[in-house]
Amino acid sequence: MGEWMTVTDPHLSSESKNICQYTSETKMSPSSLYSQQVLCSSIPLSKNVHSFFSAFCTEENIEQSISYLDQELTTFGFPSLYEESKGKDTKRELNIVAVLNCMNELLVLQRKNLLAQENVETQNLKLGSDMDHLQNCYAKLKEQLETSRREMIGLQERDRQLQCKNRNLHQLLKNEKDEVQKLQNIIASRATQYNHDMKRKEREYNKLKERLHQLVMNKKDKKIAMEVLNYVGRADGKRGSWRTGKTEARNEDEMYKILLNDYEYRQKQILMENAELKKVLQQMKKEMISLLSPQKQKPRERADDSTGTVISDAEEDAGELSRESMWDLSCETVREQLTNSIRKQWRILKSHVEKLDNQVSKVHLEGFNDEDVISRQDHEQETEKLELEIQQCKEMIKTQQQLLQQQLATACDDDTTSLLRDCYLLEEKERLKEEWSLFKEQKKNFEKERRSFTEAAIRLGLERKAFEEERASWLKQQFLNMTTFDHQNSENMKLFSAFSGSSDRDSLTVHSRPRQKKPHGVSNGSLVCASKLTKSLPASPSTSDFCQTRSCASEHRSFFLFPTAPSVY
Amino acid sequence: MNFSEVFKLSSLLCKFSPDGKYLASCAQYRLVVRDANTLQVLQLYTCLDQIQHAEWSADSRFILCAMYRRGLVQVWSLEQPEWHCRIDEGSAGLVASCWSPDGRHILNTTEFHLRITVWSLCTKSVSYIKYPKACQQGISFTRDGRYLALAERRDCKDHVSIFVCSDWQLLRHFDTETQDLAGIEWAPNGCVLAVWDTCLEYKVLLYSLDGRLLSAYCAYEWSLGVKSVAWSPSSQFLAVGSYDGKVRILNHVTWKMITEFGHPATVTNPRIVVYKEAEKNPQLALGRLAFPPPRAAACTASSTESKYEIASVPVSLQTLKPIADRANPKVGIGALAFSPDNYFLATRNDSVPNAVWIWDIQKLKLFVVLEQLSPVRSFQWDPQQPRLAICTGGNKVYLWSPAGCVSVQVPGEGDFQVLSLCWHFSGDSLALLSKDHFCLCFLETEERAGTAFGRPGDHT
Repeated sequence: MGEWMTVTDPHLSSESKNICQYTSETKMSPSSLYSQQVLCSSIPLSKNVHSFFSAFCTEENIEQSISYLDQELTTFGFPSLYEESKGKDTKRELNIVAVLNCMNELLVLQRKNLLAQENVETQNLKLGSDMDHLQNCYAKLKEQLETSRREMIGLQERDRQLQCKNRNLHQLLKNEKDEVQKLQNIIASRATQYNHDMKRKEREYNKLKERLHQLVMNKKDKKIAMEVLNYVGRADGKRGSWRTGKTEARNEDEMYKILLNDYEYRQKQILMENAELKKVLQQMKKEMISLLSPQKQKPRERADDSTGTVISDAEEDAGELSRESMWDLSCETVREQLTNSIRKQWRILKSHVEKLDNQVSKVHLEGFNDEDVISRQDHEQETEKLELEIQQCKEMIKTQQQLLQQQLATACDDDTTSLLRDCYLLEEKERLKEEWSLFKEQKKNFEKERRSFTEAAIRLGLERKAFEEERASWLKQQFLNMTTFDHQNSENMKLFSAFSGSSDRDSLTVHSRPRQKKPHGVSNGSLVCASKLTKSLPASPSTSDFCQTRSCASEHRSFFLFPTAPSVY
Repeated sequence: MNFSEVFKLSSLLCKFSPDGKYLASCAQYRLVVRDANTLQVLQLYTCLDQIQHAEWSADSRFILCAMYRRGLVQVWSLEQPEWHCRIDEGSAGLVASCWSPDGRHILNTTEFHLRITVWSLCTKSVSYIKYPKACQQGISFTRDGRYLALAERRDCKDHVSIFVCSDWQLLRHFDTETQDLAGIEWAPNGCVLAVWDTCLEYKVLLYSLDGRLLSAYCAYEWSLGVKSVAWSPSSQFLAVGSYDGKVRILNHVTWKMITEFGHPATVTNPRIVVYKEAEKNPQLALGRLAFPPPRAAACTASSTESKYEIASVPVSLQTLKPIADRANPKVGIGALAFSPDNYFLATRNDSVPNAVWIWDIQKLKLFVVLEQLSPVRSFQWDPQQPRLAICTGGNKVYLWSPAGCVSVQVPGEGDFQVLSLCWHFSGDSLALLSKDHFCLCFLETEERAGTAFGRPGDHT
């Protein structure tokens, strides 16, 4: 921001150096038109002051300048620079003290002003930034407003479209409905038309049939005939009777007889069913009475409900009924009585059962409730107790902590410390013991493993030793062979050449080959051996194990060093 | 279970005589009457043309052979082979012929349903009944043979006439409240007549013998209605199968519906036993058939044996999607029959053609479902016991009883496709009819019946 300001107002930066102080200060401030203006107005003033100081007072015009200053100061309300003149004509003396005071005051004032200015500037800056922020906010909000307005317009457009669609759909629905109505009407009219046509066709058809009938039947068709050898007798053996009014009446009679028989049969069935049901009813009633009679006293005792009287009524009824015979029960009044009594009994039974149910449920409920209440009370008591206990425990802990602290701070007496330690360590001791035993076991295991490893290593070492010995013997043999073949060359030389490649191959072209080959084979063999060794080691020894094996190996280092031995020979 | 040898047959005309002694079968223009037990040929009659319909008289003394193409009916007497009777309908034509229950009259329906001619074998008298209606089931005799109910169409209205069979006198004549009557049937006790309307409208009317309307039942409207109707043998129930795939059972006291049997394509109730016909492993079958005569082995080469397996619920049955824009869609209850002891009702839903539902009428619940490998052609109850015989047009006959069910292969040369079957009235034998042949299947007698039906599941 400051940068931008210096760029836009080059005249400001080119003013002067001490202005630069201001500007450098203002550089930090965010730019705003207002602050710029303020600066602009303040800068020429300061400049004037500066230039004034530089050329204000010379040797010549001290007096004048003093008087001028005095005037100025007095107009600003400062005490006069001159001493109080006793007389008018006497020349006023410059009061140094006053001058200094004035100067001091001016300086103080100046400082104050500078401070105030600074404050104002910072406030300005703040305000400027606030303003900026607000402007940003404003812009953002404006944007938001714009977007929301756009959105709103879009939504409105959509709404309009949907409404349009809806209207169209409504129209379509209406059309469809109309169509359906129309089709239904058409179907109905078609149906009536069809029925009408059908009827017409059928009439025609009937007419045709009639006509055909006449044609076919009335032509005295000779073909329509029955040839029969001889007529057979009727199945019932009787002769056919003439058709008369009598036969008709007889037919009617017979028909009604059949119907009557059917109805009688059905009635009989129904009667039988009825009798069965009555029997069941009677039995039920009896059983009910027998069931209810022992409990009769109870309801009677409960005088508040009317079941007692009902029961007595019912019993009387039952007694009456039981005296009567079963087959008279179909009489309406008796039937009513029976059903009524049964109903009453049933009601009693029902109420009784309900009561029993209620009682049972009550008992259950009471039981449950009691238990519930007790448990609740218990619960509450228990919780209270527990809370109390917790409180006590907390207190105890607190005291313990205090004691501990005291002990730590003052290393208090042995009794308490031992007590505390004891109370502390009991658990821990147990735990430690367990851990100790565990640890011991582990240690034992480790030991065992270690032993086995060392054994394995020893075995390896022995094997290796044997191998090395073998090799040495073999090498010796080789060496001896060589010496037998080549007498001229010195033994050392040969050995050297055998081990350090072929330096004098040219001279030993014939014999160097086997010699050359053998050492290679040896080196290969040693390599293989090494790999075999590593292989024969336990599959995945832990680092400690490995270390142990290494240490074991170092004990048998002499075997490893063996390869250098042949050079001695 | 034994099978007779195979005899020739035409037009599926093979009938046991009502007394159970004889078996009449037609082969082209020949009528052969055999002893029902020994299958010895007792009589051989030669008709004038190919027989299209044959029927025993109720007393088993006469057989009627109708040759519709010629408009001819020939009647043969079993007792007097030389006796003969020929009825010629002449130019009026013939479309149906049947015996009256007394066995002395023949009712011939002329072409175009112009009239019904009642020919008597006792007298020269001929009666005519005009205006018979051409419908699914327009003639119904009471079981005692006293009355005939006839559907008529007069002045574009349906009527029912009740005749006394002894002298063909009109007893009652009343119009029915039907749009287009489709069928009538007497209750077995002969006192109630069930009348149902055409499939376009669900309507079942019940009339008393004296013509009173007892009740009218309509389960629903605006949809295809009644497809099949059956009375229980006790006249206690009327089962009405309809195009909505349900059977409704009406009671005989209030004529209201007691229960409704839906025929869902999936059976979920674990208490319902579902027998599923499954093809037997052919290798196993061949191994087992090593011993029987090579004739049977040759037979199995063309068709594998099958057995029933008890399917674990839920079972979904094969359903047929009906073609909506065709007439006579394959939906609804096409066949239903009560067992003779009233305990069971067997039904077939035409949209689930492979299955037979058997309902327990005592509990009014579904009892068993049999699912065959091919569509069920027909089924018939044993007249003596609750035992159902089913055929599917294959070479097997299936028997169900409450003890279990069994699939039996018809032995014989070639493929014997059982298209239809009929029981002997004793329930001891069963005639199996194919297109050109028939054979008799003798079932075990009572004392050996226990072995015939093993436990459910293990069947041959």
